[in-house]
Amino acid sequence: MTHVRPLQLSSFTLTTCLGRGLAATLRALQGRASGLARRPFDTAVLDTCIGEVEGVDEVRLAPALAAWDCRNNRLAELGLAQDGFADAVREAAARLGAARIGVFLGTSTSAILQTELAYRRRDPAGGALPPDFDYRRTHNTYSVTGFVRARLALAGPAWTVSTACSSSAKVFGTAARMIDAGLIDAAVVGGVDSLCLTTLYGFNSLELLAREPCRPWDRSRSGLSIGEAAAFALLEPLPAAPAPGAIALHGVGESSDAHHMSSPHPEGLGARLAMAAALDAAALRPADIGYVNLHGTATPSNDAAEDRAMCDLFGTDTPCSSTKGATGHTLGAAGAVEAVIAALALRHGFIPAGANTREPDPGLRADYVLEGHAAPLERVLSNSFGFGGTNCSLVLGRA
Amino acid sequence: MSTLAAAIESLALLGPGLSDWESARAVLRGERPYVHAPTAVPLPALLPSNERRRSGLAVKIALAVGAGALAQAGRDASRIDTVFASSAADGDTCHAICEQLAGSDRLISPTRFHNSVHNAPSGYWSIATRCMAPSTSLCGYDASFGAGLLEASAFLRAHGRPVLLVAYDAPYPEPLLAKRPVRDAFGLALLLAPRPGAGALARLELMLADGAPDTLADAGLEALRRAVPTARSLPLLRLLARGESGATVLEYLDGLNLAVKVAPCA
Repeated sequence: MTHVRPLQLSSFTLTTCLGRGLAATLRALQGRASGLARRPFDTAVLDTCIGEVEGVDEVRLAPALAAWDCRNNRLAELGLAQDGFADAVREAAARLGAARIGVFLGTSTSAILQTELAYRRRDPAGGALPPDFDYRRTHNTYSVTGFVRARLALAGPAWTVSTACSSSAKVFGTAARMIDAGLIDAAVVGGVDSLCLTTLYGFNSLELLAREPCRPWDRSRSGLSIGEAAAFALLEPLPAAPAPGAIALHGVGESSDAHHMSSPHPEGLGARLAMAAALDAAALRPADIGYVNLHGTATPSNDAAEDRAMCDLFGTDTPCSSTKGATGHTLGAAGAVEAVIAALALRHGFIPAGANTREPDPGLRADYVLEGHAAPLERVLSNSFGFGGTNCSLVLGRA
Repeated sequence: MSTLAAAIESLALLGPGLSDWESARAVLRGERPYVHAPTAVPLPALLPSNERRRSGLAVKIALAVGAGALAQAGRDASRIDTVFASSAADGDTCHAICEQLAGSDRLISPTRFHNSVHNAPSGYWSIATRCMAPSTSLCGYDASFGAGLLEASAFLRAHGRPVLLVAYDAPYPEPLLAKRPVRDAFGLALLLAPRPGAGALARLELMLADGAPDTLADAGLEALRRAVPTARSLPLLRLLARGESGATVLEYLDGLNLAVKVAPCA
């Protein structure tokens, strides 16, 4: 567990296949909409649905940042422009100093699509990649963090956390530790992952892609749908007298499954450890949590393991749902996307229903929410688990 | 400015011409010349035999130095938090997937896919050591070692228990090697603890700094420091090798560097 002071989310935003920014996301979640659709992406030939963000290819980076141009950084740019997020960071930098703000972003594949495309343009004679391919600013796992740091003109410490699908949950822990240590006064955290052939064909090879839009917790769930997203939060120490409606990060819990590279611990032991550690860090009991945003990928084994962990820790009465039926699994961005959804649920007092799920699996016992409804939420928990057996849970609440 | 503090309980290292800490120490103390030679990476004893040969160079070097540092400290790996830092994950796997996706047969192997994640060494490590403690995996391009040292020190402070930092780099094959010419594998594991126990190497203090990073007088070592992100640690290793109190500035990120103070424990 990470024992650190609570932080407030001074500003937050997300852009997914549900739309750009908080208002569009809130509307979609309250209307139980899904952004997943059967549509072509690049040259992929796969029988699956994807959660593609509209208009990413049309985004243009500022001329000074042109060398960073790739789909992943365009998605980051699109995300930063929503909900006044970039302005809020600019204001914080003016107040605190650019060197006192860290940037910690999660991604699983960064802009690997750019490399996939470059591999189709190799020199026929020697095999070299094309001269315009910029490894550092597009391919490298740090690329998106380097881009966002440059775009926001920040000068503090920065790195990418890349732990597959828990990446952008774990960045909240990184920021909390760095702020608590006094090395920085604030941090931009978030996650950006964009569609690419590596993940589409990779999950296909594992036979984990659903044909229809994914249906977490459903008795006939058959796998996940891949999405893409950019989600960001500006974290600062929680003031002694928080503004009305302020949303806080109260605890982060991390663990490892130590079981298998691509399958969860069958008893959900790692997941349970992460959730318990997050509660411990927040000094809360399970009964204090009003809603759990599940990892809920909709693969049969993932949901079963998470259900086991949920029921072992919370019993069967804590409302929970997965929003991946709406957004798709946005992989390295999922942790930040779902932290922001948790913040929306707290701010607007509602529990989002799991889109696409028709009939919950009778073998799963957690209280899976099929109809979204108003609820006076005080504390919520969000789960993110990934390949390599990496687990991270966040506790957020009204300040 | 705030400072992070830690005790270095043990370290293990594998680099080009630096086959272990003992030989590296002699080189860094100037007692022996630095002679570049390909990094010799052993098969990872931690892994089951069927995975041992299949695992990529990145996993092999990360597990080798991690296991080396823990063995030296006599610590039980199953209870130790870990921070893995690398400028890239497994380059061979990345190349193989990109090459296959550029062709007509795109049915990539499931094992290759899960080995492509940046946290694959962390996953193999936690499975092999049955360690369910927190683990994170970072990338900072050329700044990856500094990122790892900061995160590991912040982990230590927040959790109040030992943490193993495993920094490593492994070269890409062509054609990516030409775009990212990190030509040598390098691995460094530092076992950090809140307080120095018996046998600890040194106390460490770390802060962010604007000063110019230190370089190395030996041209071969300086070339290595500049070429391989994990080798940005060499000025720190030189201080540790000398066994004296001292300070150095490690190159981190775009002019933001790390001022490190070291005091030997013995």
